[in-house]
Amino acid sequence: MILVGELSLWIALLMAAWTTTVSFAGGLQGRPDLIKSGERAMYATFGFTLLASIGLWTALFTHDFSLKFVASFTSANLPKVYLFTAFWAGQEGSLLFWALIMTFYAAVAVFTNRDKNRAMMPYVTGTLGVVALFFIMTMAFAENPFERLDWVPADGRGMNPQLQNPGMAAHPPMLYLGYVGTAIPFAFAIGALVTRQLDTQWLGAVRRWALVSWFFLTVGIVLGMWWAYVELGWAGYWAWDAVENSSFLPWLTVTAFLHSIMIQEKRGMLRKWNVTLVVLSFLLTILGTFITRSGVIESVHAFARSPIGNWFLAFLIAATVLTVYLVSTRLNDLQAKAELESMVSREAAFLYNNLVLVGIMFATLWGTLFPILSEWVKGDKITVGPPFFNAVNGPLGLLLLALTGIGPLIAWRRASVANLQRQFTAPLIAGVVVFVALLALGMRDMYALVSYLLAGFVTGTIVQEFVKGVGARRRMYSEGFFAAFFRLIGRNRRRYGGYIVHFGVVVLFAAFAGLMFKRDVTATLKTGESVKATDAYGHEWVFTSQGISFFEQLNRRVTAVTFDVTRDGKRMGLLSSEKRQHVNASGEPTFEPSTEVGILESPKQDVYLVFTGAVDRDTAAVHINFNPLVWWVWFGGIIMAFGGLIVMWPQAVKAERESGYVAQIPMGRELEAAGAGA
Amino acid sequence: MKARNKFLLGGVLVLGTASYLMASSIDETATYYLTPGELAAKVSDNPRFSKNGVKVGARVVDGTIKRDPGGRELTFVMTDGKQTYPVHYRGVAPDTFTDGVDVVVEGRLDANGVFQATTLLAKCASRYENAPGQPGQYPAGAKHPENIPKAS
Repeated sequence: MILVGELSLWIALLMAAWTTTVSFAGGLQGRPDLIKSGERAMYATFGFTLLASIGLWTALFTHDFSLKFVASFTSANLPKVYLFTAFWAGQEGSLLFWALIMTFYAAVAVFTNRDKNRAMMPYVTGTLGVVALFFIMTMAFAENPFERLDWVPADGRGMNPQLQNPGMAAHPPMLYLGYVGTAIPFAFAIGALVTRQLDTQWLGAVRRWALVSWFFLTVGIVLGMWWAYVELGWAGYWAWDAVENSSFLPWLTVTAFLHSIMIQEKRGMLRKWNVTLVVLSFLLTILGTFITRSGVIESVHAFARSPIGNWFLAFLIAATVLTVYLVSTRLNDLQAKAELESMVSREAAFLYNNLVLVGIMFATLWGTLFPILSEWVKGDKITVGPPFFNAVNGPLGLLLLALTGIGPLIAWRRASVANLQRQFTAPLIAGVVVFVALLALGMRDMYALVSYLLAGFVTGTIVQEFVKGVGARRRMYSEGFFAAFFRLIGRNRRRYGGYIVHFGVVVLFAAFAGLMFKRDVTATLKTGESVKATDAYGHEWVFTSQGISFFEQLNRRVTAVTFDVTRDGKRMGLLSSEKRQHVNASGEPTFEPSTEVGILESPKQDVYLVFTGAVDRDTAAVHINFNPLVWWVWFGGIIMAFGGLIVMWPQAVKAERESGYVAQIPMGRELEAAGAGA
Repeated sequence: MKARNKFLLGGVLVLGTASYLMASSIDETATYYLTPGELAAKVSDNPRFSKNGVKVGARVVDGTIKRDPGGRELTFVMTDGKQTYPVHYRGVAPDTFTDGVDVVVEGRLDANGVFQATTLLAKCASRYENAPGQPGQYPAGAKHPENIPKAS
């Protein structure tokens, strides 16, 4: 099976090359036989990539240490589940995994469009073929997962302990599913540009793909934050590291696109912009891969310096040049069909939303690339740290949060004063109430206060929308509260799913602001000794050491310290943190010891215990952190993902859609213009 | 004024603010990223340079790590092959910090030529693989760490 896998990789390479060649040829010459052949070759590319992947998994599960990849990332005593995830623990395997998802998506896109978008599909298939070809080539020629060693080691080197974590098992696949998802809209954009079919038709084909990409990027990023938080032991979840940033960049542009697409659908505006965003999202994922894989930028997540960095750079430049050429020769086809009529309109709010998202993207990109840029310009490598990103993205983020509340409530085209009053009075009061309440409770941090003011305002707008919608359904259909609530969402998934996503964003912002109130304490304690600490809420905590224990577990030797924890005299339970020394099958230590933090989780705050070292057999040094509201980060992430699922869920056939009440969309002058076919 | 122009004005305002924030905060947080050799060159050009906080990327010299038992303070020697500096770091070292790894330290040189580090990042030994060496071999430094008593 391993040999089959290795061969399949080469066949997949040929198939991808064939897909590319005949699809473009078929499109240019208008030959249906070639087009058909290209589509079949795309399915075959997926099939053989799948075979290659099964081959690699087989090698991992059968411990075939003659393969360099298997020997480098696993060992005979590695728990089974991590044999499966070892697939993406290293460069070669993660490229294969990328190719697997990419060709799977491509096959699905080709299949679902087999009777649709016929004119542009050959170019779409061809473009997907190029992307697949590129990934398979980097593997086949530079980073082959099936590379063999000259000799067979008795055991592998084992997996890095930090990767032996459920979060790390799920985070990379999710992120790849998101990253690769941007390739499909990109291919459609190229197809639409080549064939000059730049109306909303191609947008319909890519909207769902953009959503899929957005969904997985969101889940992947939040899982990455969770992994960093529970595994890395620095009591934070986001450090503006180059690798984190490179997953955040496409998320921003895809999010911008999901909003601006609505303006093109409704008003025929922003046509150039939408093409640009789609292309940019894809280019940013390639750039992100270049950053993470090439070692050009210092990152804690260092992947080794690798020759494939240059491959990605070349691909990036080629793709950029091609799209700039295509867009610049088709400017006439991309003329807007309408103009912005008023600053106080939903279009304007969405435009600002896009501006801010792209602004955050640009600032993040600038900060990430700054060491390279400064080296070019001044000859010195100069880095910028988290304060830079926070200083720029903090205010922009709050502006974005405000727009999250404003955008959905304001009328298309031109809002009237009455409209504004009706929509904004209650939410604004909600925001101010939250602000005053927190001020009265003694909160003085301005950044946090503004965050909560806006959080209250946006939550107010969302609740108001649901209340109006549910109320109207109850009046019109005499439905019960719950029936009305669920049907309201079910019949208008895009809109109310979107509100749910927005609510998740609010929760995230509220949680981020909580970190302004972090507290921590360090202590070195013998068995029976205690340390006292006060958290941001004024509770007094006492941690009493129960001593250090030593034991063996699975593939590791563990040194653990346990504390008995009380809050204001009330017992909260036991909390432990471990140092783990991983060992190989013959009991020799592998890797450096890793730290397993102990977390006492609650919605109010996490008590985060880090065992920093044992001074002697009886004395433990620890770092205890009180991290307010971190729980809400994960909860906000889940809400966002859930809202995303609602938006993505296929809507039942249109005809079934009863003329369900859609909470009165403030239309402003759109009503007057409706007759004019706007 | 046309709405389009008003929007553009607003856009310029937003982007202008963002640019201002970027420009002002870059001055505050930008730090030189140097190798020990480059740091030595800068300091010999201009002795006052050591007043600046800098980031230094270097490799830990094998066998030079001395940890305080509580794990909250340590010293080691870093090098890029051209210049070496002793480093003193107060804080918790990351799990990946060990002999021979590449580290990024942030801090400043003191009067005695010791680099006083406030942050210490250790790069995961190349892409999460085990430390260098042939597969199946264990790195010379792989032993039970001193700061953790053996289980026996």
